[in-house]
Amino acid sequence: MGALAGGRRVAVTGRQGLSRRERLEAVQFYLLIGPWLLGFVGLTAGPMLYSLFLSFADYDLFHAPRWVGLDNFQYLFASPYPLSLLWKSLGVTAYYTFLSVPVGIIGSLALALALNSKIHGVPLYRTLFYLPSLTPAVASALLWVWIFNSKYGLANAFLRSLGLPGPHWLTDPYMVIPSFVLMGLWGLGGNTMIIFLAGLQGVPTHLYDAAEIDGANSWQRFRAVTLPQISPTIFFNLILGIIGSFQVFGSAYLMTGGGPEYATYFMVFYIYQEAFKTLHMGRGSALAWILFIILLFFTLLQFSLSRRWVYYEGEQS
Amino acid sequence: MKSTLARPRPRLLGMHGMRRLMHAILYLILTAGAIVAVIPMAWTLSSSLKDSAHIFTLRVQWIPNPVLWRNYVDLFYKLPFMRFIGNTLLIVVSNVFSAVLMGSLAGFAFARLKAPGKSFAFILLISTMLLPSQVTLIPRYIIFKTLGMIDTFWPLILPGWLGGGPFEIFLFRQFFMTLPLELDDAARIDGCGTVRIYWNVVMPLSRPVIATIGIFNFIWAWSDLFNPLIYLNSMEKFTLALGLATLQRTAEMSTRWELVMAGSIVSIVPMVIIFFLGQNYFVQGIALTGLKG
Repeated sequence: MGALAGGRRVAVTGRQGLSRRERLEAVQFYLLIGPWLLGFVGLTAGPMLYSLFLSFADYDLFHAPRWVGLDNFQYLFASPYPLSLLWKSLGVTAYYTFLSVPVGIIGSLALALALNSKIHGVPLYRTLFYLPSLTPAVASALLWVWIFNSKYGLANAFLRSLGLPGPHWLTDPYMVIPSFVLMGLWGLGGNTMIIFLAGLQGVPTHLYDAAEIDGANSWQRFRAVTLPQISPTIFFNLILGIIGSFQVFGSAYLMTGGGPEYATYFMVFYIYQEAFKTLHMGRGSALAWILFIILLFFTLLQFSLSRRWVYYEGEQS
Repeated sequence: MKSTLARPRPRLLGMHGMRRLMHAILYLILTAGAIVAVIPMAWTLSSSLKDSAHIFTLRVQWIPNPVLWRNYVDLFYKLPFMRFIGNTLLIVVSNVFSAVLMGSLAGFAFARLKAPGKSFAFILLISTMLLPSQVTLIPRYIIFKTLGMIDTFWPLILPGWLGGGPFEIFLFRQFFMTLPLELDDAARIDGCGTVRIYWNVVMPLSRPVIATIGIFNFIWAWSDLFNPLIYLNSMEKFTLALGLATLQRTAEMSTRWELVMAGSIVSIVPMVIIFFLGQNYFVQGIALTGLKG
């Protein structure tokens, strides 16, 4: 083998095969990505196919999986609420998304704009605004359960001091999603804001100078310079926001248990219940695939829409 | 607003006054916002230092009287809190090391080595970044159950050593791409092999990305609820997040909010410390990747 490879190195380097060094490099490459490749096959690709199979099967962990065709999907889509929760769960998740994502994007952008101005103490403010995002999900859920406590909680104590009646934040089915959105406002200074800040700092100053010479006021500068320049960032945050809000689990699990009256029965909570509480692994997999397809749809939709309104540097139109 | 007044002649003195006013308003808004951001934390801290009698009061009491540091002691000897923290640290340390080591090795391969099929592998890597974890959740559970790993730390540790998040690999690859290839060539002329180029040339130049990935994996592993919830059953295996979540639901604890709040504070403190230690890496890392969580 050694002699053969040695002879080859001199004679052949191009078409017929790899030189010895190239072969060594290829072997090293696959050794180094080997663990990931193994994980990809065993923990990602394989499981994906298996969950696709399971979504057409009945499986409870104890008896062998049984092929049932479209039964799971039929059950999920056809039976009306409250027998099947799919429509309810989709509705709740979509409602939360359409409420929380725009609020989050606009709020974080406003905060980023404020922190991007030339004032003193920006690092201090940035730190203070970031603190809530450092709170682990469990701690922040517990904290907000306590704040939203309708009798002893801080929220209603504040309203009482203004002479206002306090709502049942987490136990009123009409109030609970807005309460979650309100809770989300607490994290406005988190990652989304930091990404916006980075985007804003990347806007070339000469564009602002040019706009100022042309007599543009601050709104016009925002509208004509900032907004188009950071549109890729907005787009990016939008996708992340939608994907994130479709994957809410912790707050539903910890704060409301999916209630009241299924008002916080988010998709991932539903998957958890089906798969790990009632051991309907098949139905749970079907739900996971429905969620996956929705997220895929959003991602692709955003990508195709973005061509129309997202401005990329150096792009000719 | 006043901007219409200032617009025609932006270079006049009036501009100064207006800018001052704008800044004053900005400070006011930012300070109000910062107070709102901090209040829930302050409330948690305050609640964690109260006694049972003072925690259920209608009147808001910010400074506890008496201040009960005991709650933090109770946490540790009435509940297996030390155990929770130890378990969490074990998982966290493993995940930080695996993310940095496996991520950088694979990232190095993608950035620095040539091999047939590399671009295909890279496309696979990118597409897994877009994959929501729920799709693989149930089969993974079944796999770990078949392997007899339920109620062990393996399901929480092993994925990290098998390439873990494609994010880490991608991030390392992106960073390594920015290092000049001449470094490798020079090292090779000096007789360095691939391993030494990785360890002695590339890695020492990559502190920022190592720190970023280490910090984020620390935070993810420390805060994760979902995986411990699914894979861990017995209380002596619980992580801090799972322990807190479970204890709050038990009957005894549901009336001891001061302990629940003290536990929350204990889980927040390491996050805050790590934030202050690595603040710059935070900002860089988030801006670079967008980052889940």
